[in-house]
Amino acid sequence: MKIIEVENLRSRYNGLNVLDDITFSVSEGDYIGLVGPNGSGKTTLIKNILGILRPESGQIRLFGQDRSEFHAWYRVGYLPQRLSSLNPGFPSTVEEIVALGLISRKRRSGYSVDAYRDAVEKALHMLNISDIRKKKIGELSGGQQQRVLIARAIINEPDLIILDEPAAALDPETREQSYALLTHLNRQKNVTIMLVTHDIGSIGQYANKLLLVDRRVVFYGSFDEFCSSIHITDLFGTHSQHVICHRHEF
Amino acid sequence: MEYLQYGFIQRALISGVFIALICSTLGVLIVLRRLSLIGDGLAHVTFGSVALGLALRIYPLYITLPIALVSSLAILKMTERARVMGDAAIGVVSSIGIAGGVILASMAGGFNVDLFSYLFGNILAISREETILSIILSVIVLGVILCYYHEILSITFDEESARASGIKTDRINKILVILTAVTVVLTMNVVGIMLISALLILPAVTAFQIARGFKSSLVISAVTSVLSVILGIFISIAVNLPTGATIVLTNFFFFMAAFLTRLGKDHL
Repeated sequence: MKIIEVENLRSRYNGLNVLDDITFSVSEGDYIGLVGPNGSGKTTLIKNILGILRPESGQIRLFGQDRSEFHAWYRVGYLPQRLSSLNPGFPSTVEEIVALGLISRKRRSGYSVDAYRDAVEKALHMLNISDIRKKKIGELSGGQQQRVLIARAIINEPDLIILDEPAAALDPETREQSYALLTHLNRQKNVTIMLVTHDIGSIGQYANKLLLVDRRVVFYGSFDEFCSSIHITDLFGTHSQHVICHRHEF
Repeated sequence: MEYLQYGFIQRALISGVFIALICSTLGVLIVLRRLSLIGDGLAHVTFGSVALGLALRIYPLYITLPIALVSSLAILKMTERARVMGDAAIGVVSSIGIAGGVILASMAGGFNVDLFSYLFGNILAISREETILSIILSVIVLGVILCYYHEILSITFDEESARASGIKTDRINKILVILTAVTVVLTMNVVGIMLISALLILPAVTAFQIARGFKSSLVISAVTSVLSVILGIFISIAVNLPTGATIVLTNFFFFMAAFLTRLGKDHL
């Protein structure tokens, strides 16, 4: 089943063409590493997929449905790239923030208070943040805040998770734990993952496909294809390509 | 307690409590959304529209409410479409309101007693009809906030993620500014145009000093706001002070108490 289908997408921001003629599709169970240089349109692409931005032209389908008619948002988890703009004085506990992820599910009838509590418990436990549940979000370290936001993104047990540079504020240990959790969700529960990253050197350890954009799709395919592509050697240089492909082999 | 037998004090207390409740609730939301000045901006617009009402000899509330509603939506549109930052959009609408008010007042022969009473408010002079209107509008405002509580909280924390979870953020933002406009118009009678924003901001910032969660912020904000109105009314009568200003200073007293409590906790 196709989880995301993007056809001839064109997007503008502040009068500039940010994305042009983007076409690709993501299948169920894929783990996509979305990479590209700064300003290449990675964040714009996922914002278009999520309906945060409206495309200039083109089509986006989620779970086979046109995005404008798609209402099952509880099937999608999202972690934005915004930790630095988080208001440190925001008066909310970890528990309250994590529970915010349930908003798309709560609006459906038949979601009981017990199910709500269980979902919060489970998400807190998965991210190992049960002990800080009563703390204010502003009192936490960057890594803890990021774990809280990941817990909010996965609380609905979504079929698709889109993350915009989730490792940016994390120390190496927390980063490994977060990647391990995403890998577990992908491999054990068949959750489709799209992860925006600059860490092209290590994404090969987790993702099965690489989507390289620079206003257009430069490359989309498996790592094996990536590693054997001469065109990519021209773009990245032999050294970078070697680093990525070497890690992928492990 | 003998004051309570007077109808004008009963009306002041009833309408004051309802208006305090909506101000404190909306205050938490607009302060967190960094829109604290929207109360001030819309208050200036109400100044212009009160002057217009007095000049046209129309009961000011009838003209103030629609103008405040249109202005609140204008602020939102300017922010969304005209690429004007939120505070700048408030500044534009606010200065037009003041300028219009001054011109209308001068055309009507200067600042008369009626205009002054709106500038500084007099809750003790609130009529039976105004009390009923305050109750009805307050219940509507609180009902709408309760209805959209989770959506509003979600947008307040992170608008982008809220949109990605299917919330119609444009609609909720519109609702929020409309509710603020209604609240500002109602608050005009309690503390006057000059002090409206104090009733919106002070209870909220008081709550943020000591509250740990969002719900507790709303509760603390509501409690301090209601207490400030009740105490303010009684103190102003007992010591013969202007009621609106006394209510605001009582609010400030609560803010200082909360601030010192937090300071004490931080140093323990």
